[in-house]
Amino acid sequence: MTETSPAIEGWFTTGVEPALVGSRCTSCGCTFFPRTAGFCRNPVCAGEVFVDTELSRRGRVWSYTDAQYQPPPPFIAATDPYEPFALAAVELPEGLVVLGQVAAGYGVADLEVGREVELVVETLYTDESGERTIWRWKPVESQGVDA
Amino acid sequence: MSHDVAVAGVGMHPWGKWGRNFVTYGVHAAREALADAGVAWADVDLVVGGETVRNGYGGYVAGATFAQALGWNGARVATSYAACATGAQALDTARARILAGMSEVALVVGADTTPKGFLAPNAGERWEDPDWLRFRLLGMTNPAYFALYARRRMDLYGATTADFAAVKVKNARHGLANPNARYRKEVTAAEVLDSAVVADPLHLLDICATSDGAAAVVLTSMAYANKHGLHQGDGGPVRVRAIATVTPTFPNTVIDMPLMSTDPTDPTDPTGTTGTTGTTGEPERTFKESIGHAAYEEAGLGPEDVDLAEVYDLSTALELDWIEDLALCKRGEAEQLLRAGDTTIGGRIPVNPSGGLACFGEAVPAQALAQVCELTWQLRGQAHGRQVDGARVGITANQGLFGHGSSVILSR
Repeated sequence: MTETSPAIEGWFTTGVEPALVGSRCTSCGCTFFPRTAGFCRNPVCAGEVFVDTELSRRGRVWSYTDAQYQPPPPFIAATDPYEPFALAAVELPEGLVVLGQVAAGYGVADLEVGREVELVVETLYTDESGERTIWRWKPVESQGVDA
Repeated sequence: MSHDVAVAGVGMHPWGKWGRNFVTYGVHAAREALADAGVAWADVDLVVGGETVRNGYGGYVAGATFAQALGWNGARVATSYAACATGAQALDTARARILAGMSEVALVVGADTTPKGFLAPNAGERWEDPDWLRFRLLGMTNPAYFALYARRRMDLYGATTADFAAVKVKNARHGLANPNARYRKEVTAAEVLDSAVVADPLHLLDICATSDGAAAVVLTSMAYANKHGLHQGDGGPVRVRAIATVTPTFPNTVIDMPLMSTDPTDPTDPTGTTGTTGTTGEPERTFKESIGHAAYEEAGLGPEDVDLAEVYDLSTALELDWIEDLALCKRGEAEQLLRAGDTTIGGRIPVNPSGGLACFGEAVPAQALAQVCELTWQLRGQAHGRQVDGARVGITANQGLFGHGSSVILSR
């Protein structure tokens, strides 16, 4: 029997409106991703207590590229032969930039610096126990500006 | 009090894909540097090695490995690791002991033997290691990070892939006569633009290769250099004026290898229940800007004093970023310098007269030292076939993983 589960535990939620899960320092309010514990990296904060917090699902593209050649292990290609995918660094309202692959079906031609994108969860690869999922950035369609 | 130390000697093993043990290259470079200095190995009282992480235990204790290979002479030993800034950090370690009066003659060596293809993380499942996770979860290679920076230049400043190609054309020409360069061949813009796209917008020929190679520097106190008359014939030894190895300042807002996110810039508590913090928003300078700034401050010099720069062109576009990070022009204006020929030998501020990583490929623990070797030859007027006329002050810059970076300033 196989089942679908995240490629890494605890980094994002998988519901209808999936979101990255970060850690907010209860002392200074800084939000970190991936989640952290034990000590706050803000140099003027001695905080040690964090609460999980879902990050904004939408942000704006800081920059983008793609992987035209198959990355080396430990990357696991979803398909054989390998199919290139796009990558984007996205600025979130929380003030941090988070990398991610771009949603299936979208490439660099669909992106530009400043473009709004939304978080989705898709299959990264499939192993013997099922599909392993990952967060991805999907361009928000038709903002009614472009012809 | 002067913080200067003397570059008594420099030496390299040519870059290439030679397939030999890194120790062989390191010993070759070390002997070249000692011969250049006119200093006997027996007189070296400190050896600092640049660690290589892909060559087993001998690489982890590189300082001792080189010391043993040269024949144990009782010298103190240290080994440094700072990713791409390894060589500069090793140099800084040597300088600190010399300036403290605890060493007089230091030999600094970096050497590497590299695998083919993308630099990949070490083997094994390492779910806590961001350098492993970025490959597993995102397929995020080093060139993909370079490409993010390149694309941003295009979207923000109007750079073109033709500009990036022009950097490669320039550097290929610079390196033609460099005996230590791996690639000594003219490249046309069409060849760059016709090469395969690796990570859009970067083509294969925009991205530096990985190479085998070694570089070594003999540092001495100014007193030792003067007492022994080192390089008196050519106006005294080249001096180290600054070695900046600063770390970033929180929040580091530019995405860096190998991380998947930046620090947060806006620490305001969105719930309003805990108040805010003492951070002051974005720092005054980006990490890369702060590296050059620290070097200028330490040297008591400014960008206007610099005659040439050796910067880390891991990609062609990154050379343009560095020109601005070192304040050699305003943000967004590096393409104008390039197009005007200002960064070509003979121009106002030649950049990468050695040919840069475009002609060398990267040999991580040796690369920051190779930059220092090139500046030394340039400042002595010995950079045959690529000499920057009348060069008196040179600066290097590089950046590596995990908050490492360096800038070294040398002068006559």
